[in-house]
Amino acid sequence: MGEMEQLRKEAESLKDQITAARKAVADATLPDTVSSTAVVGRVQLKTRKTLRGHLAKIYAMHWATDAKLCVSASQDGKLIVWDTLTTNKVNAIPLKSSWVMTCAYAPSGNMVACGGLDNMCSIYNLKGKDGNVKVMRELAAHTGYLSCCRFLSDSEIITSSGDCTCLLWDIETGTQKTTFAGHLGDCMSLAVPGDFKTFVSGACDFTAKLWDIRDSNCTHTFSGHESDVNAIAFFPNGNAVITGSDDATCKLFDLRSDQELITYQDSSIMCGVTSIAPSLSGRLILAGYDDFNVNIWDSLKAERVGVLAGHDNRVSCIGVSTDGMACCTGSWDSFLPSFSFKGQDNVMRLCKQNKQQYL
Amino acid sequence: MSSNSNLPSMRRLVEQLRLEASVERIKVSQAAAELQQYCLLNATKDALLVGVPTGSNPFREPRSCSLL
Repeated sequence: MGEMEQLRKEAESLKDQITAARKAVADATLPDTVSSTAVVGRVQLKTRKTLRGHLAKIYAMHWATDAKLCVSASQDGKLIVWDTLTTNKVNAIPLKSSWVMTCAYAPSGNMVACGGLDNMCSIYNLKGKDGNVKVMRELAAHTGYLSCCRFLSDSEIITSSGDCTCLLWDIETGTQKTTFAGHLGDCMSLAVPGDFKTFVSGACDFTAKLWDIRDSNCTHTFSGHESDVNAIAFFPNGNAVITGSDDATCKLFDLRSDQELITYQDSSIMCGVTSIAPSLSGRLILAGYDDFNVNIWDSLKAERVGVLAGHDNRVSCIGVSTDGMACCTGSWDSFLPSFSFKGQDNVMRLCKQNKQQYL
Repeated sequence: MSSNSNLPSMRRLVEQLRLEASVERIKVSQAAAELQQYCLLNATKDALLVGVPTGSNPFREPRSCSLL
């Protein structure tokens, strides 16, 4: 038997082993476990603030850890840092390339980053001596678009790319420290948990992968989606990940039992998921879809319990603040007054700007 | 998804599968119970879930008071 044939057989055998191992621990299901828990009541969020200023589609937004500031990136070629309480723009940073697809706020609050079709991740120092915000580093090595970036600290950032890899960078030297290779399709999204020791990535190979940052190994690969995984986030306790896919579903994968626990789907939903964020307790999952609605799911009961919709409320990105007080959606909408949703006194804010067809 | 048909790729795939096959797995009953527990324990702190008292909502515009 040639080596190739031997390897093929071993690969098949290992895949069977993994399937069997997952089955062996599947002594229960999430629906059974929560059968005596009631579904949460209808969730209705009210727009509290509108952040106006971008002139084109907002592609990404990310909260600062202080839960007051956030950064948004628009294809009008600007990164804007907002004070969400006052709606003031703290910084409006012009970008060299307007083809931005992602942005991130450093946990320290000292820096923001962005990137996109320029294949680079640009780091901006918000706390420069003279008060001007300048490019600090341009991290260039990816051979495809930058789909997502997340800071580990002021000196390290992780990026995901259309070149199918993720990279860990040393910001001081501007060089790559570690390459995370293994996805067989464009990496679309990444998420980092509270301990910064691992991260997860979602890709166009229909899988999500869990990576060990220090040794660069992929320790878990989660399959089940039937199309690209566009969005990914950690469940707040760090033990599970939630994914959103072009197959119109979201899924919850448990890391320690190494398997999918539940799918969030409805026959009436036929368009892809573009963004996803859990609420503070993890009980609610907010997912943005290609039809620009946001569906709110009860994560345990897998039932839809709310919608952020108004037919012109078109959402392209979503983020829940670190203290769980607010959900911010980036959308594109022309000249409409702020939306009001009747109901309980929950909080929601919107970034709005002009409508523009893109891609 | 099929992997590349060349030898180095195949060797990497097998190595990767060996690693993934070797991870420790806990029972789903434990994992699911802990997820549920986390949700329930933190529910009262989850503003999007339970709302906040009107006075303590930092995003809500303060109502003006009129002295009559």
